[in-house]
Parts: sequence; structure tokens; C-alpha cells
Amino acid sequence: MAERSFAEEVQKLKLGAGERFRGEGILAVTKALLESGVSYVAGYQGAPISHLMDVLADAQDILAEYGIRFENSASEATAAATLAASVNYPLRGAVTFKSTVGTNVASDALANLASGGVTGGALIVVGEDYGEGSSIMQERSHAFAMKSQIWLLDPRPNLPSIVAAVKHGFELSEASHTPVMLQLRIRACHVHGEFVAADNRMPAYTLKEALEQPRRDTGRIVLPPASFVHEQEKITERWPAAVDYIERHGLNECFNAEGDDIGVIVQGGLYNQLARVLERLGVADVYGASRIPLYVMNVAYPVIEREVLRFCAGKRAVLMVEEGQPNFIEQNLASILRQAGAATVLQGKDLLPMAGEYSAAVLLEGARKFLERWQRLPAAAAAKPAPRVIPLQPIQPLQPIQPLGDLVQGRPPGFCTGCPERPIFTAMKLVERELGARHVSADIGCHLFSILPPFNLGNTTMGYGLGAAGASALNVEGGRRAISVMGDGGFWHNGLTSGIANAVFNRSDNLTVIVDNSYTSATGGQDILSSTAANPTRDTGHAIEDAVRGVGVKWVRKVTRTVDVAAMRDALREAMTTPERGPKVLIAQSECMLNRQRREKPLQRQAVAAGRRVVRERFGVDADTCTGDHSCIRLSGCPSLSIKPNPDALRTDPVATVLDSCVGCGLCGEVSHAAVLCPSFYKARIVSNPTRWDRWRQTLRGLVIGRLQRAAARRRARHAF
Amino acid sequence: MPSEQPIKIAILAMGGEGGGVLADWIVDLGEANGYIAQTTSVPGVAQRTGATIYYVELFPRALAEAHGAAPVLALMPLPGDVDLVLASELMEAGRAVQRGLVTADRTTLVASTHRVYAIAEKMAMGDGRVADDGLLAHCERSARRFVRFDMAQEAERSGSVISAVLFGALAATEVLPFDRAQFEATISRGGVGVQASLRAFAAGFDRGRATQEPDAMTATQAAPASATATAAASATPTTPATPRDPAIARLLQRLQAQLPESARALALEGLRRLVDYQDPAYAELYLDRLVHLAGQADHPELVGECARHLALWMSYEDTIRVADLKTRDSRFQRVQDEVRARADQPVFIEEYMHPGLPEICETLPAPLGRWLAGSGAPRRWVERATRQGRIVATTSLRGFLLLHGLAGLRRWRRGTLRYGQENAQIEAWLRRVETAARRDAMLALEIVRCQRLVKGYSDTLARGRRHFELLMQAVDAAGAALSPATLRELRDAALADDRGDGLRDALSRHALAPESTP
Repeated sequence: MAERSFAEEVQKLKLGAGERFRGEGILAVTKALLESGVSYVAGYQGAPISHLMDVLADAQDILAEYGIRFENSASEATAAATLAASVNYPLRGAVTFKSTVGTNVASDALANLASGGVTGGALIVVGEDYGEGSSIMQERSHAFAMKSQIWLLDPRPNLPSIVAAVKHGFELSEASHTPVMLQLRIRACHVHGEFVAADNRMPAYTLKEALEQPRRDTGRIVLPPASFVHEQEKITERWPAAVDYIERHGLNECFNAEGDDIGVIVQGGLYNQLARVLERLGVADVYGASRIPLYVMNVAYPVIEREVLRFCAGKRAVLMVEEGQPNFIEQNLASILRQAGAATVLQGKDLLPMAGEYSAAVLLEGARKFLERWQRLPAAAAAKPAPRVIPLQPIQPLQPIQPLGDLVQGRPPGFCTGCPERPIFTAMKLVERELGARHVSADIGCHLFSILPPFNLGNTTMGYGLGAAGASALNVEGGRRAISVMGDGGFWHNGLTSGIANAVFNRSDNLTVIVDNSYTSATGGQDILSSTAANPTRDTGHAIEDAVRGVGVKWVRKVTRTVDVAAMRDALREAMTTPERGPKVLIAQSECMLNRQRREKPLQRQAVAAGRRVVRERFGVDADTCTGDHSCIRLSGCPSLSIKPNPDALRTDPVATVLDSCVGCGLCGEVSHAAVLCPSFYKARIVSNPTRWDRWRQTLRGLVIGRLQRAAARRRARHAF
Repeated sequence: MPSEQPIKIAILAMGGEGGGVLADWIVDLGEANGYIAQTTSVPGVAQRTGATIYYVELFPRALAEAHGAAPVLALMPLPGDVDLVLASELMEAGRAVQRGLVTADRTTLVASTHRVYAIAEKMAMGDGRVADDGLLAHCERSARRFVRFDMAQEAERSGSVISAVLFGALAATEVLPFDRAQFEATISRGGVGVQASLRAFAAGFDRGRATQEPDAMTATQAAPASATATAAASATPTTPATPRDPAIARLLQRLQAQLPESARALALEGLRRLVDYQDPAYAELYLDRLVHLAGQADHPELVGECARHLALWMSYEDTIRVADLKTRDSRFQRVQDEVRARADQPVFIEEYMHPGLPEICETLPAPLGRWLAGSGAPRRWVERATRQGRIVATTSLRGFLLLHGLAGLRRWRRGTLRYGQENAQIEAWLRRVETAARRDAMLALEIVRCQRLVKGYSDTLARGRRHFELLMQAVDAAGAALSPATLRELRDAALADDRGDGLRDALSRHALAPESTP
């Protein structure tokens, strides 16, 4: 059950012809899939396309109406391989994942798919997680499209264009027997806009038909001699067919082509930003009508030679606006122009930065340089709308104030309040104090936040599920054991084989900590095999412990309440010090707090409303015993554990405090015990709808305790002044 | 070319703070009232407590239809081209300024002045907070209009979230072409927690209005309770009403007569603390020590700081003190308020304590404590018995009586092992201060301030004492040669990390590292 429910959005998938769809870009894609008559959809969640998977998961009854098969694939490789169904049969299929990480995982299947080619339309929707907010390495999906010859669509980031791209994607794929990749940048995935819907379509050909009349064509299988034929086929047949389709349907767009003798060529995905920048520079209006000719490449690959030459004909210069590196398109244009003997000057990465996101400010700079270079802008006019990174300050400050750089600090993402993964690293810190630092091989998932303050644990991360694999070389007789961390998501994605089985086979002596919180939490809390919640459409409840024992791990420990820091610490210590050889697996099991709160909060409210006895637990700090050392924070970093001004007139350092967002996970108390910190922490149990017994205890308290307290208060009052 | 412009809005928030909700509200507000709305964001992992930006653009639908074309709306803010910036917290407002989104020619900045401290600020061993007034000054200078107040407070009062208060403050600025009713209708359409949201909206609207009146502006200038300000405020002495207790009265007369004016405020607090901690006689000892120092050094600031740090040291947190503070009626009340329990909700309090061998020995009469610490079997037995931490239910009879009894040991405190140790160290420290004061008052002042290192409990306290000892050894070793700046540098180094690496480096840098340390 995912972090966010799309019950509402799902209704939008039912909209018919002429109705206006309003929503997120990635949901528009989902609607477009239904309008294209897909037979099957598969994928692996991850920002920015998690919502596509989540909305499909919530829409399974609708999918059923159209006989659509929907899979939460085990990995991106699985998803890509799923497209095999479109090789022999005229079945339209779509898969989706985060790129480039997902594309890296999927590339084996993608290469084979592209080699044999497809009969039914095969669409790969990749969420391009590049630039600001990205959590992965900065690479381009473009390279995969080129190496495997998969057509790459990069539509303008507005909903009508995105929806059109999906529909053309299937047609193009079928016309050229080639899989098509639809690239959506992160902002395009999350953009809220609108488009006019069409009716959903039944698949023209069903999975049932395919299974009942199996077709076979060895010519589509990647094995010599067919594979050698495929390579020729790609160039002699599929490429021309694609170029023909793209030209005939005008997938790429020209604006004001003859308006001037300079022009700009831009990837579709960057169009809106460029249009805004040209408008700011006064050569276009807010509707995108530009004095400077534009050639918008909604198809980033292949480059349509004839279109390029037509656009450049009679132009003194063109600017190629292409984000990321290497600058594949620019190089391609260069050879096209050169071979055609065109005199047009090609500019691009010489005016724009080679690497990094093309933010509004960066584009403004580049476009201005280009327009100045070709005298479309007088230098003076250009200076005016320049971005002011540090705004002009009208009056000089009387007393110098600290530079903003020192005042504004980073806010790295961290574990949520009450996150059960936090105590794992608290315990690791405590063991580190006892036994010294260890090499920690991190993985992908929320647990990767351990590399940031306050924990600062983790040396490398080699990819999803590769935490254990990342430490495989670091095995030495009698050496300090390395620690690997792996999430349950990564474990089922590939970690079971790439990490655990590998460690067994190669007689590793290291420890792998498997964080088992019942969901792939970092991607939005989707279910996986080991999820404990019952899922109507998926088979859950398969224990990680069984799996690791199944592949031959002997030393397996399980902590079922990670917030029990002492237990976590002891388990880690044992794993580090036991004479027993062989791979060690420590399963740290506790439910993701985000999901738990989402489930339990409403129930609690109902219970209180219904007059049932409900106990709310939360922690607090006594300001008068807290000495403001903040060790507790250095061992936790919980958002709800903060600081506040010291109420004590004599003390100046701020004291620790627990904010009301505390969910009473218990870590604060466990830490102050395990780390022997200080007696300032208390746990308060607040009882709603108290029973008679509760009231009686309170009364007794009032009688005895109250009396003693009043006496003490009187004594103090005597000396008060 | 037509010169119409979309309305450009950037929202800076932290994950889980409802920045998305706010963006959606603005979109719905626009779409319901004749505007084409576009919003986007890069949530990613920022959803997990990180900082993130939501960007919204609004464009009149009628205008687009008249022109017969849809506007091309941007997906990210262009520095210097933003009409409205909403920040859910003060440092985030600063971040907006840093990113160039707030410009004096056009940007209205609406921000909450409360602070959600960044991890670096929280984990510092001393005080790592950045200066609020610095952030405010930058926002003030950069924005065309800066509407701000503590929205967290308003949200809490109305039992809602900051985004609703921000939405109200936004309506109050009248930057958007929509009226209050249209704003409120948007919230109602939202359907979840409508009543609370409307309350928060109203609060935000009123405060937003108020802060825009010129005179009110100055008022809110001071409003952001910069931590130090409040602390200082509470430090100003309430002119002592003539106390009932004659002993106290005598102390107060001596304070007035024998201490420099500027030191009295803190000394008064010190007296209060020590009477509360032990008894008037103990407070007298404190005063004797201060007066003696004042006689040695004619340096009011030195005496003042000594008044502060001597009081803190003399009221060291031993088990007796902790038990005392934990069992007070005022404390029970404070907890009741802190956890927001209603009168009809019983609150049960559990303390997390971990008394070890040292704590027990300290609390025993000195000879007995010394014997136990040095003994064989008994020591091991106690150590075994205290390996686990204890949870004491202070609101239960057993728990309360235990702590109450422990607090009662106060009257024998002077006999405990801990008292002997602390007292000896205090005397040694004061001697160092006085010797230094005769040569160099500034050095003496820095020595006084080294007391800051000695705080906390068990491991933390041990570490603090260790570092304090290292500094004092340095003081003894260098003697007159030691410059105040150097000692300050050493102290800051000791407060920089809890492994003491920084301090060790600093010591060796100044060739003050004792042979013992590697």
C-alpha cells in the first residue's frame, strides 16, 4: 500500500472524449496509455515515476475492464524484459522506471529487445531524474537510445504534448518495429496542467489471443545469424521507416522558421524554459511567438537530417540547446552540416555550459550571449534583465551583517520522526565507539541518509541492492569485518543474489544488515514480497530470513524492534566479534513509521471519538536537568528532537527539547539508557477517556504525592526572594 | 508584442510541511477563478525532511482565449523574475534570498519567523544557532515587501498547519487578484480538516494585515524571539522583595554592599540558585568566594562571569539534585503543559535514568563511597546490578517515594564523596582565577569561562572534566605566557567535537600538549 492514495486521481482515468483532464504530468501519461489501447503495463517505482505505478496500482479495477495486465516488476530488468510480449504479437505494452539508474539495470533486456525488434508498440517511459533534487548520478538516457537504437521522445513539457507523444510513441514503434523511449524530466512528471481527454480504447489484440495462437519467428531471436541480420535491418529498414513516420506526422516542430537568419534548435523538454528566457530578452511573447526561428526536437533521437538542413538553410547561425553531456545531438548536427557543406555556424556548448542542469538562469546567459554575438541584442539592453543572484541592496547596513552564506545552512534529507532505521545507526555509532571504526558499504534507500550528519556512517554506495556486493573485496583473514547495509527493497531487487548468495559462495566473513521495514519506503512505500500487510492483488508475507537461510547463510540474527538500541548494539557487537566464520546477516525489522502513522492515526482518532481509552505516548526533556551538550541529538538527528533557548538565567547554551510532532517511538529513552547519557528524558503517557482505575490512581497520587510536594514547596517558599 | 505576464510564485518549504498542499490550493484558487494554473516541483528525497521549492504560475484564461493561444508557462523560477515568495520558515526565507528569488523591485516575501533548526545547529556541543536577526536583515533588504510573523505559533493556536496560515497571510497581502471569500472557498473545496484550516487561515489573514500597518511593522521587528534575547530578558534581576528569611536578607545586603554593581544581577541569580539547591549557608559560601575574588581583582566583568560560572559549578547536577527537580509539583505541571494534556487527561510520567557505580559512590558518605569504589566483590556486584538503565515512574507511589527520599539526602550532601571532589576542584579553579587576575584579568576571565566544559552526566561529564583538566594543565604550564586568545581557542576546540581530536591538535599546535597525551 503506497504512501499516497490515488483514489481521487483514478477517477480521472475514466474521463471520456472532450472532457478536460486536470492533473500531474505523469498521470496524464497513464491516461494516454489507456487511450492508446495498451494490453500490459509494468515497471519499477522510483522518483519521478512512482506516481505512475501507484495510480495504476489503485486503478486495477479499471485496468481489468480493459483486460490490461499490470505488474509491479521485481526490477527494471524484469520490466524491460516484459516487453518481449510485443516481439511476436501485435500487443501494445508500456514499461516505466527511473532513469538513468533504472535504464542501467534494464539495459541487457533493452538491448536484446531492440536487436530483434518489435511487432506491437513497445513504449519505455523513463523519468529522467537529472539536475536539482536528483538523488542519483548525473547521466543521460540518450546514450542508451543511441547504443541500442531505441527512438527517444523528449516532448515539450505541457500535458497535450506529453499525451500526443505517448500516442505517437506506439505508432512510431509499430511503424519502425523499434521500441520507443519517452523521456520525461522530473519537473515535467510533476507538472500540473490540463488537456482534453479522448475515450479509452480496448486493446486491438489481447493477451489471451496471444497465448491461444502462439507465434514464433527465429528471425526475431538474438542469436547468430539472426543477430547479424538485425544490425543491418536497423539501418536499412527500421531507421528509414522511423524517419519517414516522424517527418510525415511532424513530431518535431518549427516555429517562425523563416523569420530570421539565425535560429535556435532545442530539445522539446527544454522548450518552456527557453521560451520564457526569449520572452525575458524581449524577442518573444508570453505565448511563445518568437522573432527568432525555433526548431523543437520532440524526437531527440534519431536526428532527422532533412529537417535540420531545411531549418538551417539560409541561416548564418544556429544555437543548439542540449542539456547534459556528452553533447550527442550537437555532434550529430555538426557532421550533418559539414557533410552537406552548409555554411551555417553551429553554436551550443561553446556558449552554454558543457555539464550541469540548464536552469532558467543558465539558459538566460547562453541565449543572451548568442543574441549579442549575432547583434539581435544591444549589449546595454542585455545587461538589464540579467539575473541578480545576490539582490542589489539599496542602503548600506549600518552595522555589517553576516554574509547570507554563513547564515543559510544546508538541509539534507534525513530519517523521518520515529523512523525505525535511525536506531540501527545509533547502535552502529555506539559499537563504533567500543570497537573502533569499520568500513561501511551503503546501499540505495532511506538508510543512505546515514552518510549525512549526525551519523556520518557509510563509505560507498554502488547501486540499488549492491550494498553487500560493495564490500565483497574487503575480506581478509582476521581483519576487521566490514559492515554492509541493504534495504528490503534492494534485497528483493537483486541483493539476495548479488549480495547474499555471492557472500555465501565466496565465503565472505562480513556482516550485512538488512533493513526490513515492510515497504520500499524511499520510492513511496510500495509493497514487496516481505511486506506484512495483506495486499488484495499481490502475494506478500515472504520472510527475508527464509530467503537468506535458503541461499545458505548460517549466521542469521533478527531484531524485531529496532528502537531497542541495546539489542541492536549487542547484535552488531556479536556479529563483529563472533569467532564464527562465514557471511553474517542481521535483519533489522520494524515498520516504516510514515506508513504506520498513516494507518494508525485515523484509527486512534476514531477510538478517542468513540470514547474508548486511548494512551498517547510522547517524550520530553526537562530543561532544568539538561546541560545543553546535545549528545542525544548527535546520536539521533530526529526532526522532533530539537533545541530551544535555555530558560535558565545562568546558562547560555540552548537546551534539547522534544517537539509536539514526537510520535513516542521510544528512541530518546533507549539512547539515554544505552549510551548512558543523562536523566533529562521522560516519557509521558497521556490517557484519553480514562477508566475508573486511572481516575482512582490519580486521586491517590493527589493525596500522597500532592501532600509531599506541597510540603517541599512550602519549605522552598520560606527562602524565596 | 503583447506584454502580459503570468503571476510567478515560489514556495520554499521543508518536506512534510504542506508546501505541496499550499501549491495545490493556489492552483485551485486560480483555476476556480478564471486563471490557467501550472505548478511543479522537484520533491525527490526532499520529501524526507529536506528543503524543497514549489513553483506556480497563473495566467488569465480570458486573456489567453482572446489571444487565441495558450501561454507558455515556465517550470522553474528565474532569479529576479518572481512576484511572490512564500517561505514556511525563516532560514528557508533566507534560502530564497540566497537563490536570488527575492528582489527589491518586485518581490513580496511572506515568511514565518519561527525557526526549525538545521541539523548542524542542533548537534553543536555548545550553541550552534545562526543569528535570526541576520536572516531577517537580509530578507528585509532584499524584498520589496516583507510580511512576516511566527506562523508556527498561529498554526498551533488554531490546531492546524503552517500552510493554512501562510495562505491567510498571502490573502492579506492582496498581491493575488482574488478576495478573501475566494481564498476560503478554495480551502472548503479541499474537504479535509476544513474547519481547522479556516481558523488558521483567519489567524494568518489578521496577523498578515496587522504586520502591514507601518507602526505594527516595527513591533514585529522585535518579535522574532532571538534566543539570546529571551535568555537575557529572564536574566534581568527582579528587584528582590524584602525576604522573610533573615539569613537571606543578610546575604542580599552583603550582595549590594560588597559586589560591583554590574555583577549583582547574575550574583543574585546565583544566590537564588544555591539557596534552592542547598540552603542559605551554602549560598553564603558562594557569596564569600565572590567577594574574595572581587577583592583580588577590580574587574566587574570578571566578577560577573565568575558569579555565573561559580553558581553553575556549585549547583552541579548530582543524583540528589536530579531527584529533587524531578519530583517538584511545578515540574509535574510543566510536563502536563508540555505534552498538551487536557485537565481531564491523566498523565503518567516515566524517567529514563541510568545510575551507575560512580553515581552511587558519589551519593554515599565520602569514606563509604571511597571504600565501595575501591572494593572488590561489592563493587562488582553493584556494577552488575546497575548495568541496565532504570525506568522510574515518578507518578507512581513507589517511584515518587524513591526519588523523594533521594532528594531528602540533601541535608547530608556536604558529606558525600561527590561534594568533596567538586569542592576541591572549585577551590583549585578559583585559585587559578585569582592568581591570573593579579596579572591579566582577561586571562582570568577566560579561565572562568572554561567551567562551560564541565557539564552533563556520566560519560559526557567525564569527557568534560578530562578536557577541563587538559586546559587547566595548559594554564599551569604556560603561566603568564598564556594569552587569553589562546585559551579561548583551546576552549572552543574542546567544544568543537566530542572525541577531543580538535583539542589535542590545538594543544600540540601551541606546544601545550602534556607528555601523557599521545
